[in-house]
Amino acid sequence: MSGPLRLAFAAMVVLLVAAPFVVYPVFLMKALCFALFACAFNLLIGYVGLLSFGHAAFLGGAGYGSAHAAKVWGFPPEAAILFGTLVATLLGAVIGALTIRSRGIYFANVTLAFAQMIFFFAVQAKFTGGEDGIQAVPRGTLLGVLDLRQPYVMYFTVLVIFLAGFLIVYRAIHSPFGQVLKAIRENEPRAVSLGYRAEHYKLIAFVLSATLSGLAGATKALVFQLASLTDVHWTMSGEVVLMTLLGGLGTVFGPVVGAFIMIGLENYLAQLGAWVTIVQGAIFVVCVLTFRRGVVGELGRALRTPL
Amino acid sequence: MLGIPTQALFGQLLIGLINGAFYALLSLGLSVIFGLLNIINFAHGAQYMMGAFVAYFLLQWAGLGYWWALLLAPLVVGLVGILLERAMLRWLYQLDHLYGLLLTFGLALVIEGVFRNEFGSSGLPYGIPPQLTGSYNLGFMFLPVYRAWVVVFSLVVCLATWYVVERTKLGAYLRAATENPALVQAFGINVPRMITLTYGFGVGLAALAGVLAAPIYQVNPLMGANMIIVVFAVVVIGGMGSIMGSIVTGFALGVVEGFTKVFYPEASNTVIFVIMALVLLVRPAGLFGRTA
Amino acid sequence: MTIARIVVLTTVAALMAAPVSAQISDGVVKIGVLNDQSSLYADLAGQGSVVAARMAVEDFGADKKGLKVEIVSADHQNKPDVGSQIARQWFDTDKVDVIVDVPNSGVALAINQIARDKGKALLVSGAATADLTGKACSPNTIHWTYDTWALANGTGNAIVKTGGDSWFFLTADYAFGHALERDTEAVVIKAGGKVLGKVRHPLNNQDFSSFLLQAQASKAKIIGLANAGGDTTNAIKQGAEFGIVKGGQNFAGLLVFVTDVHALGLPVAQGLILTETFYWDQNDRSRAFAKRFAERDRGIHPTMIHAGVYSAVTHYLKAIEALKGDDGTRVIAKMKETPTDDPLFGKGTIRADGRKIHPAYLFEVKKPSESKAPWDYYNLRATIPADQAFRPIDQGDCPLVKK
Repeated sequence: MSGPLRLAFAAMVVLLVAAPFVVYPVFLMKALCFALFACAFNLLIGYVGLLSFGHAAFLGGAGYGSAHAAKVWGFPPEAAILFGTLVATLLGAVIGALTIRSRGIYFANVTLAFAQMIFFFAVQAKFTGGEDGIQAVPRGTLLGVLDLRQPYVMYFTVLVIFLAGFLIVYRAIHSPFGQVLKAIRENEPRAVSLGYRAEHYKLIAFVLSATLSGLAGATKALVFQLASLTDVHWTMSGEVVLMTLLGGLGTVFGPVVGAFIMIGLENYLAQLGAWVTIVQGAIFVVCVLTFRRGVVGELGRALRTPL
Repeated sequence: MLGIPTQALFGQLLIGLINGAFYALLSLGLSVIFGLLNIINFAHGAQYMMGAFVAYFLLQWAGLGYWWALLLAPLVVGLVGILLERAMLRWLYQLDHLYGLLLTFGLALVIEGVFRNEFGSSGLPYGIPPQLTGSYNLGFMFLPVYRAWVVVFSLVVCLATWYVVERTKLGAYLRAATENPALVQAFGINVPRMITLTYGFGVGLAALAGVLAAPIYQVNPLMGANMIIVVFAVVVIGGMGSIMGSIVTGFALGVVEGFTKVFYPEASNTVIFVIMALVLLVRPAGLFGRTA
Repeated sequence: MTIARIVVLTTVAALMAAPVSAQISDGVVKIGVLNDQSSLYADLAGQGSVVAARMAVEDFGADKKGLKVEIVSADHQNKPDVGSQIARQWFDTDKVDVIVDVPNSGVALAINQIARDKGKALLVSGAATADLTGKACSPNTIHWTYDTWALANGTGNAIVKTGGDSWFFLTADYAFGHALERDTEAVVIKAGGKVLGKVRHPLNNQDFSSFLLQAQASKAKIIGLANAGGDTTNAIKQGAEFGIVKGGQNFAGLLVFVTDVHALGLPVAQGLILTETFYWDQNDRSRAFAKRFAERDRGIHPTMIHAGVYSAVTHYLKAIEALKGDDGTRVIAKMKETPTDDPLFGKGTIRADGRKIHPAYLFEVKKPSESKAPWDYYNLRATIPADQAFRPIDQGDCPLVKK
């Protein structure tokens, strides 16, 4: 990792380790799950250039998977999260295979179409509990030793999961694989002519993005001890776009910052009711018009170093 | 036939066609804006909602009824659309389409949020105009006069728009201007103004659909959000850039949905997405689309 | 006064005050009104519930009794995870003692579990699910106002008895829609009626013409609307368009609030039959409340949800005063022991399963010519006595109830 990035990473870890003693841990855990979700989403849009409008399918699908595994099958938390993530991987593979040949607005729409079908399935299937969701999901004991009902234990578990996901995304981008993705994004026909099977690379990136989104969703289900339709609804797909845009598309730390800001705003504005969507919309507008690089992007530009 | 009496089936088919006409009109504005301007107008749903609200205001505050609303609401909302385009959208033309999508998505959130804040979410009453109440006895069902009006009006507007865009000189200039603005500008045509007016026209069409909807669907700040993704699906399936494509798809959707409502009603809101996925797999640019 | 006297008097005063505040956590009773303030249920609950809670605190005379009461509120946006996060934060860090209202059954169930885990209190006015006093019953929760069983029973029974004995259901394809349909169907059949057909529509459906056609074809006398919010109002509005009522059929609104009728307007909504447990124009006391409420909430008249919040908060404060403490589980137990009495619901009781008992009323929406002022919408058709209005205690599978 380059110098400034390493510094930024260290700063992030220190902040996140100290935070739960100052800020309410459940809020932080929610933000971390969404930060991971946004990082996964950013992999696809920031580095491959594909806007997916259906990522909620992975977040929510994994959430249902892990909630069901933990509550009904009695899986220990690590197995439940793994199971949820695998559900997302599977969904990602199937949907990815079917959609990866599309591009631009068509890709956005076809991913939305599949996400809507998953939503419909979630409404109809008995095990999801419809609009009540899967409630009272037990957090259990991690690896038979750590009691996840203790807030700090849960927090640090979530933090480890987040950091692992974050580093996986980082590694994927800063690797030969990532370079090929960039080449494809810049000029796909040329990459193909150089012998790279562009569609394979895009599909792998898609499945990776889906898997990590699933990891976020599966973890979130245990944090809140519930899985609900909100997580498979298309507006959730819109929220992750907003977080990533706000933080900075194609930056390393952008999605994390964007997620924290959005979750913080939602929390703060919850007291004010209807203003939440108005402020979110206004942020979208401002970002697209004047702040296109996002918070981290602009910061990186000011400091002349990619963040 | 197929488990339900033929008479009932005819009734459902007719309902399907009527809904299809409405979908076609609803998607028209979006199709015009994307087809001619390459702008993905996610605020379409919010503008449709504004059209219905303007109709409501005209009645409440100015005593102007439905027929006035049909004329004035598109003008008012179209004007708002023009302001939007001038102030915000035009900065994005050089960028990836998706920024336009995100901007208009944000605008939709703001507009809907403001209306919800002001007017609550239960909706406001708006009656069917007296000249269009009552129903025709068709034998197999009673068809409300207003619904018949919806079909006729939608068809007329759709075909007129298609004709103007595809078959007249004005339409030709518009289409040329999108393909090669510099060249068309060199011929003395004010391209930016044409683009602005076209956007306003598309928005006006959305508002027109809103006025048409006000007497039958509750005038409600959420009415646009509920159907924006369906409208997008219609335009995408038809092929972005093809006005006839979205008209045909609108009608087809109405009929398919109508049948789904009889045989598998729970899925009637989702069937459009299944169709969209299928169509895009086989024809990635939509049924009548021009470029992928 | 001499210094000695001052010291003595102050000490005595402190000692007298201490018992009250020592057992009330940090000296303040904090009430959290959690509901939907920005979407579907914003009108029938929303800000109005906060107003109702404030009015309850003022009318109780908290200040004069030396009780410090604070009210906070938040929007759960109809999302169980948002609601559950706010609830956790409120209980864990913000020292909220009781959460009130919570429309949306999914959210209510989630908060029900959290309140139980943390030993706090939950007073549900907005949510409908009868599971709150059934399988999910808890020693920390009281279900006020209404539930799906009461609505199904009230509307179903009363309608069949007055001649509406053939039904067609138009049901939202959602768990609560299914529950409403199932409960009402059971009541209708038991009362001697028939169900001629049913159709399930997706949630937030715009166009009902196809379903209404099916309802007309069934020739059922009553079209039961097992849905809520925009779906109900759209169905009724389009029903007027298709001449449902003119054709001799009637709509039965299984979950309709006075704010929905207001949104529809009387020309469209007339003849609708529904069950509520409170109406602002029932008697002088409810009218007085409505007048004060409307002044504080943009002219909107209180729905039964708002009335429920007022009643629940009033009873809660009485229990705190009697108990001199605000431990969630103990206050709920105290509330169950004490009969209730407030200007809106009159006298009532709370059962062991957490169900608040009061009468229910069958209303019919007036014709436009019968209404003398805005919000004058209902004619009373029947009163269901308190002991028949809610599901019998032994039928709910509540683990708290000893068989």
